[in-house]
Amino acid sequence: MSLKIIRPGLLTTIQDCGRYGYQKIGVLVSGAMDTYSLRLANMLVGNDENEAALEITLLGPTIEFTADTLIAVTGGDFKPIIDGMPVPYMRPVAVKAGAIMKFSNCQLGCRAYLAVAGGFDIDKVMGSKSTYLRAGIGGFQGRALQKNDLLNTGTPTAFSQHILASLLSRGAQSFAQARWFIGKAQFSKEKLLKPIRVTAGLHYKYFSESAKYNFFSSQYRISKDADRMGYRLQGEVLKAEKPLEIISEAINLGTIQVPPQGMPIILMADHQSVAGYPIIAQTITVDAARIAQLKPNDPIHFKLVSHEEAEQSFIDMEKHMENIKIAIMAKLKN
Amino acid sequence: MDKNSYTIKPLGETALLVTFGNEINPQIHKKSQNLAMYIDKHPFPGFLEYVISYTSVAVYYNPFIAKKSYTNNKNKTVFAIISNIIDEYIEKAAKLPAAMPKTIEIPVCYGGECGPDIEYVAKYHNLSTDEVINIHTQPDYLVYMIGFCPGFPYMGGMDERIATPRRSEPRLSIPAGSIGIAGKQTGGYPISTPGGWQLIGRTPVDLFLPNADDPSLLHAGDIVKFIPISPQEYKKMEDDKL
Repeated sequence: MSLKIIRPGLLTTIQDCGRYGYQKIGVLVSGAMDTYSLRLANMLVGNDENEAALEITLLGPTIEFTADTLIAVTGGDFKPIIDGMPVPYMRPVAVKAGAIMKFSNCQLGCRAYLAVAGGFDIDKVMGSKSTYLRAGIGGFQGRALQKNDLLNTGTPTAFSQHILASLLSRGAQSFAQARWFIGKAQFSKEKLLKPIRVTAGLHYKYFSESAKYNFFSSQYRISKDADRMGYRLQGEVLKAEKPLEIISEAINLGTIQVPPQGMPIILMADHQSVAGYPIIAQTITVDAARIAQLKPNDPIHFKLVSHEEAEQSFIDMEKHMENIKIAIMAKLKN
Repeated sequence: MDKNSYTIKPLGETALLVTFGNEINPQIHKKSQNLAMYIDKHPFPGFLEYVISYTSVAVYYNPFIAKKSYTNNKNKTVFAIISNIIDEYIEKAAKLPAAMPKTIEIPVCYGGECGPDIEYVAKYHNLSTDEVINIHTQPDYLVYMIGFCPGFPYMGGMDERIATPRRSEPRLSIPAGSIGIAGKQTGGYPISTPGGWQLIGRTPVDLFLPNADDPSLLHAGDIVKFIPISPQEYKKMEDDKL
């Protein structure tokens, strides 16, 4: 059972929830940029939430399924089709052997996740299947997918196999979809444009009053230098009150650092473990996943929130994910 | 340890940074190592990982899991709860006998093809290449942190008599195992990468093996000694790896 890559798209990689425990030896966390969408895709096919899936970026791939496969697509809208028919998002879809699925370019958001029941049959490296592109570690041969790659899928659970069989029993031509879907978690244009919530960064107080004002009141744009490592922004120049001598120290996902030229950089999934630029703000985890769905030239605004609010939104989101999981399990069992 | 001798600050809602000072020296670094060692032995609920750097330790955690585990602290933030745990750990770690650092000897073939910049470094300081090798192999280097790329050590302790600025034109590809100098720093490249360091030698030892149980030869807190070897010894060690 496998997926054959007919066209790889712009950047299609295998990612799970990330590689933890090895930053201390210089190994990045990597993992899905939008982890919530990845986890939803896995839940919808009966996988462990941390299973690896395909992360699809800006221009999608074309994929052939060599066997009947239960899949789910979440995240950015790439208008995927099979035999000219649109494949819906946010629900289990049973795809028949021989079907070819074509993702278009991204219409809304930036990244989609394609999960298959059973996940991908790939050895974990340092506890994770995520692709660490720059070091050539993990994923499929440590690299982005290429034409003619054959990705073996793992064995689906009996539960996933049962869902696949019951969907196909309806007499599908090339695919069959569940009649229900998860609506609440789907993102919209409005949700993408909402301000990104941040807490004050480690060196916030060293920035000039005008820098702080500009950072929160003006609009920035995502520059063309926006990848899995980080997003460089364009907009008002930010300056520290006086030049800061910072000894390199550890940073986090969503850290917003400001190099001497004054243009902020948001650090994303493939960020290095240690850096030495002043940190003006720290994106809350929930909104870092939203940044992953922004693409070059998209506008971005920031809103300062308290540490308490940041913690609460992390916890609320996890409760939300638990509730969605319970709802999906109930639906799948019917 | 006196609570005024370190600070704990949030690094977002999923990590905190414990800073023991603002100077790069072995005494301050030792405090980071002691805390890290204590966390290794006593990981708290929600703990994910830590990163040691020059003067601090970042501790990463999942606030949702931590919050669920500390139900009798309902009104406290997760940051406050974990900060208290770290205070306790630092105090307890200070009472334990300090761990003996691991000393790792790294064989290096200096000069020639392995170290194409050694003559430049020698000339820059008016030294002979043998003197450069002598000066470079004398110290016990302390690994302050691993970063930049997998297994790459940031080491302290190099003699300033051989401190040399980076190359004005970086190389497009530096072979794995290269040992170099950049300003007052010395280090080794675990994987082939572009870079501007002055290359003075190369080790046949693997600094990083992704599939090994412990992928990195070096860790923060280790002591490194460079041992000069001949090109013949270098070749033999390379051949033995095959």
